[in-house]
Amino acid sequence: MNALAARRRHPAAIAVLLMIGLFLTGAVYAAVAPEPADATTKALPAQSVEEGKALFRANCATCHGLNAEGRATGQGDKVAGPPLAGVGAAAVDFQVGTGRMPMAQPGVQAQKGTVKFDEDQIAALGAYVASLSPGPAVPSDEAVDASKGDPALGGELFRVNCAMCHNFAGSGGALTRGKYAPALKDVSAKHIYEAMATGPQSMPVFNDANVTPENKRDIIAFLDTVDRQESPGGLTLGSLGPVTEGLFAWVFGLGILVGCAVWLGSKAA
Amino acid sequence: MNEQDTPTTGSEVATGDGHGQAVRLDEGHVVGQGGIPERFTNPGLPHHVPRMADLDEAAAQRAEKQVATLFGISILGTLLFLVLYFLVDVNETVYVPGIGATSAANVGLGVTLAMSLLGIGFGAVHWAKTLMPDTEVVEERHPMRATDADRSRVVQVLSEGGASSQITRRPLIKYTLGGALALFPLGLVFQVGGSLGKLPQKSLSLTWWNGGPSGPGEIPEFKPLRLMKDPENQPIKASDITIGSVVHVMPEGLLPDPKTQEGGAEHLLEEKAKAAVLLMRLDPSQIKSQKELDWGYQGIVAYSKICTHVGCPVGLYEQQTHHLLCPCHQSTFDVTQDCKVIFGPAKRPLPQLKITVDDEGYLVSTQPFREAVGPSFWERGQ
Repeated sequence: MNALAARRRHPAAIAVLLMIGLFLTGAVYAAVAPEPADATTKALPAQSVEEGKALFRANCATCHGLNAEGRATGQGDKVAGPPLAGVGAAAVDFQVGTGRMPMAQPGVQAQKGTVKFDEDQIAALGAYVASLSPGPAVPSDEAVDASKGDPALGGELFRVNCAMCHNFAGSGGALTRGKYAPALKDVSAKHIYEAMATGPQSMPVFNDANVTPENKRDIIAFLDTVDRQESPGGLTLGSLGPVTEGLFAWVFGLGILVGCAVWLGSKAA
Repeated sequence: MNEQDTPTTGSEVATGDGHGQAVRLDEGHVVGQGGIPERFTNPGLPHHVPRMADLDEAAAQRAEKQVATLFGISILGTLLFLVLYFLVDVNETVYVPGIGATSAANVGLGVTLAMSLLGIGFGAVHWAKTLMPDTEVVEERHPMRATDADRSRVVQVLSEGGASSQITRRPLIKYTLGGALALFPLGLVFQVGGSLGKLPQKSLSLTWWNGGPSGPGEIPEFKPLRLMKDPENQPIKASDITIGSVVHVMPEGLLPDPKTQEGGAEHLLEEKAKAAVLLMRLDPSQIKSQKELDWGYQGIVAYSKICTHVGCPVGLYEQQTHHLLCPCHQSTFDVTQDCKVIFGPAKRPLPQLKITVDDEGYLVSTQPFREAVGPSFWERGQ
């Protein structure tokens, strides 16, 4: 303890204490923080349109209306939930399968979250929504098989059609007024395909005439290649481009130089 | 070092001038008498504090060992560097915590080179801080001016040289030499100026949509051009564009064939940078501008993708809010209001391209852009 007490006026003491304090606070919070409440009831597996309809009425109708006709909030032209006729099973599989729906709270954009339904329930919901009006279907496993696509062509298509929002390496980026394009790292091939086909949230629709199913598979192959790519140059810093790299160089590079200069200039005794 | 142990004459406090003693920090509050002394005296160098290694031979030996260890680390780093240079294959990868899989050669060579250089640097600094004398030494600056004898000697040598070269006696040589030296830089100036290329002439106001190549000196003749998908270079059927769709468009004839890479514009990047167009389909009832409706086709509208601020590609279209966002400086354009600027530094709306469909149902332009696309320039006009 004496050794510690002797160093209490050391210039680094404040920094060390701060780090210890922050670390302890984080550790204690992680240990005692309550689990987020989950009030969703687990229904039995259901396949048919009828069972999908029952699930829909129990979980989605509050915002989307009892017959998926959409509901207004009554405040201007804001909608609580858009009408779902014609969005197709692919849209349901994407929104519910990534945990974006049911939406936890109103906001500018539905966030990716924990998936509240199992596969059978999602399929039943999709069957019900698809029965309202034809729309994009859930793609087959072959249609999203990255090994059958051409990553080079996919990369070219990605840079023209997707990179302006999702970043050249699929790291995502900001949109207007708090919305954002999410990062595409480790998103399943099926969900990437469904997002292109249905245009969830702010994302435009890339229908089969615009980006053909083969080209969609090429884009999936490209993203798969990016996911698996090693980084021979070291830290990627999130692949966000020159901003993070500049920030890193200025903060750490310059910080180390300033530290050296302080050490060189300090008196030895 | 003992010079500083006794206060130098300069550090004595001036007294007797009526403005009092210097105030020490441990005196508490002292009422001042106002005024300042005639002349501040030089406080001299601060008192020298000896270091541990100055007083204790054991500490000095410890410091010696520390410095030697740092130099030893440097030696080890250099040797390891050489070993790794020959041993590690450049294609080998290694897992580094916090970074992931990365090049083994980069990591190995980087770390050993850092050991090698930082070992020398830290060792030298530590040596200087612990063992080398650290007493402050005053070195008076010598006068810069040379002696008068040296100065007159230089002048004499120069004037003798000038006279012996006969430049003063032979004006023809003097004037031709002056002319040659004055003209010589012209060659460089013209070369640099000429390498900047042709003047832009009308090319900033024209695009490929005017009917073809639009570089300096070229005056394309207008013809309707099909809207082609980038990069596939295929024409677009109006019926294929669903509401909420976005297509990135180039004019017919600009892009080379995607398979063979043949054809296309001679100056591909320059033409692309001016002609890029974003095609969107909105519900016509949401479009508030009559001109936008008239210039589109059943809610399909085409706008220049080149930001009117500094020319970045405006590609971030939000299909629900119909905002078009420029990623460079966050200029936001509202597609329902003829791409009016609703946020950010851009000053003008994006120019719209007037389109319709041809006999086969493909989208075509019916006139070039009515105004120059992209950022402002001097000759742009209104």
